[in-house]
Amino acid sequence: MGADRTDMHETYNYTVVRQFAVMTIVWGIVGMLVGVVIAAQLAWPALNFDLPWLSYGRLRPLHTNAVIFAFGGCALFATSYYVVQRTCHVRLFCRRLAAFTFWGWQAVIVLAAVTLPLGITQGKEYAELEWPIDLLIAVVWVAYAVVFLGTIARRRVRHIYVANWFFAAFILAVALLHVVNSAVIPVSLWKSYSLYAGVQDAMVQWWYGHNAVGFFLTAGFLGIMYYFVPKQAGRPIYSYRLSIVHFWALVFTYMWAGPHHLHYTALPDWAQSLGMVMSLILLAPSWGGMINGIMTLSGAWEKLRTDPVLRFLIVSVSFYGMSTFEGPMMSIKTVNALSHYTDWTIGHVHSGALGWVAFISLGAMYFLIPRLFDRELYSLRLVEVHFWVSTVGIVLYITSMWVAGIMQGLMWRAVNDDGTLTYSFVESVEAMHPFYVIRFLGGVLFLAGTVVMAWNLWRTVRGARPGEAAIPAPAH
Amino acid sequence: MGNFNDGFWNLFIIVCTLGGIFAMYLLTAMNSRAANPRVTEPDAMQSGATASRSDRPAGDGGVETMGHVWDEDLTELNNPLPRWWVILFYLTLVFSVLYLVLYPGLGSNAMLLGWTQVKEYEAEMAQAEARYGPLYEEFVNLPIEQVAADPRALRIGERLFASYCAVCHGSDARGVPGFPNLRDDVWQWGGEPDRIKASILAGRNAVMPGWRDALGGDAGVEEVTAYTLSLSGRTDDDAEKAAAGKERYDALCVACHGADGAGNPALGAPSLTDDVWLYGGSEAAVRHSIAEGRQGRMPAHGEFLGEARVHVLAAWVRSLSQR
Repeated sequence: MGADRTDMHETYNYTVVRQFAVMTIVWGIVGMLVGVVIAAQLAWPALNFDLPWLSYGRLRPLHTNAVIFAFGGCALFATSYYVVQRTCHVRLFCRRLAAFTFWGWQAVIVLAAVTLPLGITQGKEYAELEWPIDLLIAVVWVAYAVVFLGTIARRRVRHIYVANWFFAAFILAVALLHVVNSAVIPVSLWKSYSLYAGVQDAMVQWWYGHNAVGFFLTAGFLGIMYYFVPKQAGRPIYSYRLSIVHFWALVFTYMWAGPHHLHYTALPDWAQSLGMVMSLILLAPSWGGMINGIMTLSGAWEKLRTDPVLRFLIVSVSFYGMSTFEGPMMSIKTVNALSHYTDWTIGHVHSGALGWVAFISLGAMYFLIPRLFDRELYSLRLVEVHFWVSTVGIVLYITSMWVAGIMQGLMWRAVNDDGTLTYSFVESVEAMHPFYVIRFLGGVLFLAGTVVMAWNLWRTVRGARPGEAAIPAPAH
Repeated sequence: MGNFNDGFWNLFIIVCTLGGIFAMYLLTAMNSRAANPRVTEPDAMQSGATASRSDRPAGDGGVETMGHVWDEDLTELNNPLPRWWVILFYLTLVFSVLYLVLYPGLGSNAMLLGWTQVKEYEAEMAQAEARYGPLYEEFVNLPIEQVAADPRALRIGERLFASYCAVCHGSDARGVPGFPNLRDDVWQWGGEPDRIKASILAGRNAVMPGWRDALGGDAGVEEVTAYTLSLSGRTDDDAEKAAAGKERYDALCVACHGADGAGNPALGAPSLTDDVWLYGGSEAAVRHSIAEGRQGRMPAHGEFLGEARVHVLAAWVRSLSQR
C-alpha cells in the first residue's frame, strides 16, 4: 500500500475498509455455521455430545455474539469507514487509530470465541463477555468514535450526509449502552457481578438489549441503507424531510422500548406501560426509513428485475418494514402474554436479523468488495442463486418459528374443564420437533447462500493488487 | 439506587414522557406543513440549486432536489411526508396519550382505571377458583383411599402431576437420580395416604450430613461403605473392612438408619436393606453419599395448589404403588 503513506490527502483509506469487508464474510460464515449447529441441537439434542463446551447453552451466546458483533460489527465498520470518507470527500482520520480499531475488534471476537465455549459469561444476553473483554470493547469503541467523528469534523462538504447521522447515532448510543450495562464489580479475572440489583439490573439489561437491536442492528444498518440503496439504484434519496423526522423520532423512541422485554414481571406497571406505548410509537419512525429506502427506487423499479444486488438491498428494506410492524404488535401486553418466551420471538428476531441486517450487509458487500479490489463482480448469476437460496431459507425459518411459537403459546395456556393444564411442558417441546427441523433447513439454506457468495467474491478478488481511489473534488 | 418513585422522579418521568410525545408531534407537524421548508432555502441559494436541479433527473412529478451532492452523484429529493404515514404516526401518538391516561405509566400514579397487574392476576385467580373450586371441594372431605378409587379424580390427579411434579419425578413418575420413583412401594417419608399428602403440602427436607471428618477420613468412609452395601446383601471380599465399618455404623449411623438399617420414615432416613438407591447404588455413589452427605429437598406445594388439589394429587400418587 505505497499510496497509503505517500498521498495522505489525495486518496481514500481503503485498507481498513478492505480488512473489515473481508472479515465480514469470514465471520458471517462462522456465526451462521454456529447458528446451524445449535438449530440442529434443538432438533436433535444428542448433538450436544455431552461435552460442556459444545453444549447449546454455551454455543448459543457464541452464535449471537458472532453474528451480531463479529459479522454485523465488521459490516458496520467497513461500510461506515467507506461511506464517511466518500461522503465527506476526505481521507479517514488517523490511519493508525483506524488500524487499531480493526485489530482491536478482531481481538475482541477471538476472545469471545474462546471464553464463551469455556463457560465464562456475565449471563446478560448480548452482553455475555466478561469485564476484561468489555474494557477492550470500550477502548476500541472510543477509538472508532474518534476516527469516525474526526473524519466528519474534517469534511470538505458543508452538509453531513444522512447516512452519517445514523452511523454517528449508532456509535454514540452503543458507547453509552455498553458502558452503563457492563458496569460490574470484578471478583477475579474472569468473574464479576453486576453493579445493579434485582429488577433494576433486569431493566438496565433490557434497556441495553433492546437498544442493541435499535442502534447496533437498526440505526447502523439504516446508515448502510442510506448510502448503498441510492448508489446501487442510481437514484436520489426520496425525501430529505422524511429522513429528518424519522431519524429524530427513531433515536428518541428506541431508548424507551426496553421494558417490553419485561411485561408481566416484577418491573413496576408504569415502566411496562411506557415500554409498550413507546414501542407502538416506534412503528411510524421505523416505516419512515422503509419508505425512504423503497421509494428511492421510484422511476427505476425495472432495475429490480435485472440487478440482484439491488434486489438484496430492497428486499432487506422490505423485511425491515415487516419486522418493525411485528415488533410493535408483539410489545402490546395482550399479544406479548401469548408470544413471550415462545419461538415466535426467535422468528421475529430472525426476520430482522436474516432479512434485514444480513441482507443489507451482504448487498452492501456485493457493492463494496469489487470496488475495493478494483475488479468486476465474478458472476451475477451466482448472486442470483445466492439471493433465491437465502430468501427461501429465511421464509422457512420465520414461518416455522411463527407456527411453532403460536402453537407453544396456545399449548401453554390451554386448560381442561377441571382447571388443569391440557399439556405438560414436555408435550409442547415434543410438538416443536418438526418445526425445529424446518428451521434447521432454513438455516442451512441461508448459510449455503452465504458460502456461494464467499466463492463468488473470492473469484472476484483473487490475485487483485488493489490500490486506493483518488478523492474527487466536492461537487460544490 | 433509589426506586424512582418519589416526587421528583415522578415529575421527571411525566415531563419526559409527555414532552417527548409532544416533541414528536411538533417535529412531524413542522415538517409536513410547508411544501418547501424554510430550512432548505439558504442552502439552495448558496449552492446554485437551480442549475443543479435542472441537471438532475427530476423525481416523480418533478420534485426538486435539496441541491446537495455527495460522492459525485448522491442527491436528495425533498418529497413531502406521505400523508398516510403522518396519520399513522399521529394515531400512535394519540393512542399513547389515551393509554397513559387510563393505565399506569405517568410515573407511579394510578391513573383512571386503577389497573395493576397484581389486581389482574388476583381477579383471574378468583375467577378460576369460583369455576373449578367446587370440583375439588367434592373430593377433599373424602378419605384418600376412596378418592383413589374414583377414575375422575385419578384423571385430574394425573394432569396435576404432569404440570407440577413431572419436572423432577419424570413424566412416568419413575424418578431420576435424586428424585424418588413413585411407582414402587418404597417410601422415604412413609407411604400412608396422609404421609404422602403431608409430603406434598409442606415439602420435605432430608439432611444426611457428610461424614468424612467424623469417620477419620477416606479409610473410615471405605469401611462404612463396605458395611452399608453388605446390608442389602452385597458382600465385599474384605470381610474385615465391613466389620470395621459395622463398628463405625453402630456409633454414628444407627441414630437415623436404625440398628438393622431399616431406616426411619419419620426422619426421612431411607432403608439401607432394600436395593433401592435414591442417589445411585454403585459403590462410588454410596461412598459419595457417606463422605459428602445428601440434602434432598421436596418443595412445599400447599400454598399455591391449595389443600383440595393436593388431596386429589396425593390420591393419584398413592394409587401408583397400589397397582
